[in-house]
Amino acid sequence: MAMVTIDGRRVEVDAGTTILNAAKKLGIDIPTLCYHPDLAVQAVCRICVVDIEGQKLLQPACAFPVQDGMVVYTNTPRVRQARKMNLELLLARHPQDCLQCVRNRNCELQALAERFGMREIRFEHELRGLPEDHSTPAIVREPDKCILCRRCVSMCHDVQAAGVLFPSRRGAHTLVTPVFGRGLDEVACALCGQCIHACPVGAITERDDTERVWQALADPNKHVVIQTAPATRVSIGEEMGLPPGQIITGKLVAALRRLGFDKVMDTDFTADLTIIEEGNEFLKRLKEGGVLPMITSCSPGWVKFGEHFYPDLLKHISTCKSPQQMFGALVKTYYAQKAGIDPKDIFSVSLMPCTAKKYEADRPEMRDSGYKDVDVVLTSRELGRMLREAGINFDDLPEEEHDDPMGISTGAAAIFGATGGVMEAALRTVYEVATGSELPKIDFEQVRGLGGIKEATVRVGGLDVRVAVAHGLGNAKKILDLMREGQANYHFVEIMCCPGGCVGGGGQPIPTTMEIRGIRGAALYEADKGLPYRKSHENPAIKQIYAEFLGEPLGEVSHHLLHTHYTPREKYPAVAKAVCGEAAG
Amino acid sequence: MEQAAKSAGICSAKVSEILQKYSRRPDALVSILHDVQKEAGYIPEEAITEIASRLDIPVSKVYGVATFYTLFSTRPKGKYIIRVCQDAPCHVLGAKAIVETLEKELGIPMGDTTSDGKFTLEYTSCLGVCGVAPAIMINEAVYGNLTPERVPLILKEYK
Repeated sequence: MAMVTIDGRRVEVDAGTTILNAAKKLGIDIPTLCYHPDLAVQAVCRICVVDIEGQKLLQPACAFPVQDGMVVYTNTPRVRQARKMNLELLLARHPQDCLQCVRNRNCELQALAERFGMREIRFEHELRGLPEDHSTPAIVREPDKCILCRRCVSMCHDVQAAGVLFPSRRGAHTLVTPVFGRGLDEVACALCGQCIHACPVGAITERDDTERVWQALADPNKHVVIQTAPATRVSIGEEMGLPPGQIITGKLVAALRRLGFDKVMDTDFTADLTIIEEGNEFLKRLKEGGVLPMITSCSPGWVKFGEHFYPDLLKHISTCKSPQQMFGALVKTYYAQKAGIDPKDIFSVSLMPCTAKKYEADRPEMRDSGYKDVDVVLTSRELGRMLREAGINFDDLPEEEHDDPMGISTGAAAIFGATGGVMEAALRTVYEVATGSELPKIDFEQVRGLGGIKEATVRVGGLDVRVAVAHGLGNAKKILDLMREGQANYHFVEIMCCPGGCVGGGGQPIPTTMEIRGIRGAALYEADKGLPYRKSHENPAIKQIYAEFLGEPLGEVSHHLLHTHYTPREKYPAVAKAVCGEAAG
Repeated sequence: MEQAAKSAGICSAKVSEILQKYSRRPDALVSILHDVQKEAGYIPEEAITEIASRLDIPVSKVYGVATFYTLFSTRPKGKYIIRVCQDAPCHVLGAKAIVETLEKELGIPMGDTTSDGKFTLEYTSCLGVCGVAPAIMINEAVYGNLTPERVPLILKEYK
């Protein structure tokens, strides 16, 4: 233990605690910028500098460990002057058009400028004029806004193991970029959007597709349908000023109707459908000696990561489309037929916690209805913008129900949004389908929570089914490397691209931290408990769609509309190659 | 250092040879990049992807290291690389006039390579010869006590 004095007040903390955390214990809020609670300490922005007795130079509180007897001052004129100078230097090279920035009023740099009362910047304002990256349908990079904090680098390398973004060059010329300064479309980027959550400013954002949705809503010839992803019902509240973890399903449905959507249906319905198809696929693989372990396929960021980094393992991935794409294929076939609407007049929107879903919807194979199955993907943040622009107030809204015929869902589908949820939902169904008897205990606690890799063994009939769950691509990589070495002794693996699962998706409200991911996930398990049906195969709307349209799980219609294939992709961008003998010599 | 200006890059076998020399150790990355540059005159993109792949480290990291050091180049360079010290003593004693003369004589701005592939003009950090500032290096040779008048005479030796 160490006793330290900060601003004249004493506190005892574990030896090695940073000054920042020791101060927090005293309720002293030292300002930070490059610091992020879930990421490696960078100590590059020097906003958190403090004065330590006996130290000649100011030291960064985020990185400096306390020692017994240490005396620290966090608010001296020297400290304030240094912080302001650092801020001034940052602002001198940062665009000043905050009003037009998507992060306006939700920007850590802007908040610091306000906190420090930055009324004047003594240095000449100079932008670098760096090119923006609009190469993908999911993520936009504006390097001129980048303050070089390297939080996205830590996220991309340490947490997501994709290693796409890294600082190149040095000093004033430093640029955080994909290799060779290429666009994100040319490199092995999963488009998970976790870099957006890491970014304290507006240098990395989702592609904004709200205008296309406004236009469709205003078009009387379009029948505009929206599906709402599981994780959005516990996060949209944050966009509307509510604290994290509020279950706002009914109000969300009401809000979407007020925006003008003709039908508000539920991705949870196709999550249940995924469980039926994927559960049966798993049982078939078990029975017929198919490729095992089977890996879940709901997470398009994980799928793209797999295509780039593990093309040799693609046969392990379930052929089931994600719930979003199952819904898209059905809305322009099953629903169109039932409602008597020409599918060409249906405009299919999805509300997703995810940036990679924008890419998934654009994949050329996702047109099995004969049209683009999902026309536009809106992230939680984009919908938040639309709701605020329309002046919709959640306090005034009633709770409303999703529309038929793809609106009824189960608790099993709700928990899709949390890490371990798909596995738990699958086990609830696989067990009962395989054994024909009722599950003794419906909750699979072992696969819940924020542990990086979770394992469980479940007795199904005569077989001990070994399952594993990984969230965050860094954790997924550990399991995938084991599989490559033939060391992964599992039957069934759930992989979610984003830490915490979809509740922590790259399209979710900002901020999204591990703490908030946990709170949103817990809310989904609460939602599960409150629903009348908690097993996908008990969903009456699912029984109906098989009876009326699909026939049987893994049947011909399912095969055509609900299953897909994967494409091996390159790990590195294309480069010119020299042939031996022709090289310089 | 006879290297072609319009280098075709470096072939995979040569990169393999270099990687082998360092037993494919990721911590030898800087030395590996040095050898590649020595071989090809610069560090081509294909060498960067090859190194990343063989060392199993992110390609963005290899690129980050290759662009961090001013002595590495990811673009082909001239036969003669003229490095002008940009640190304080040289600056105070007239490096700016030397730069202007070099740019005028060669017809290229700092950072560029002449179209005949002969000269590359670039800045460098301190050359350690502050006693004879302002100073430049042409490949391995150091020239100090420079004046704008001496510049064309020196270049003549290389033309």
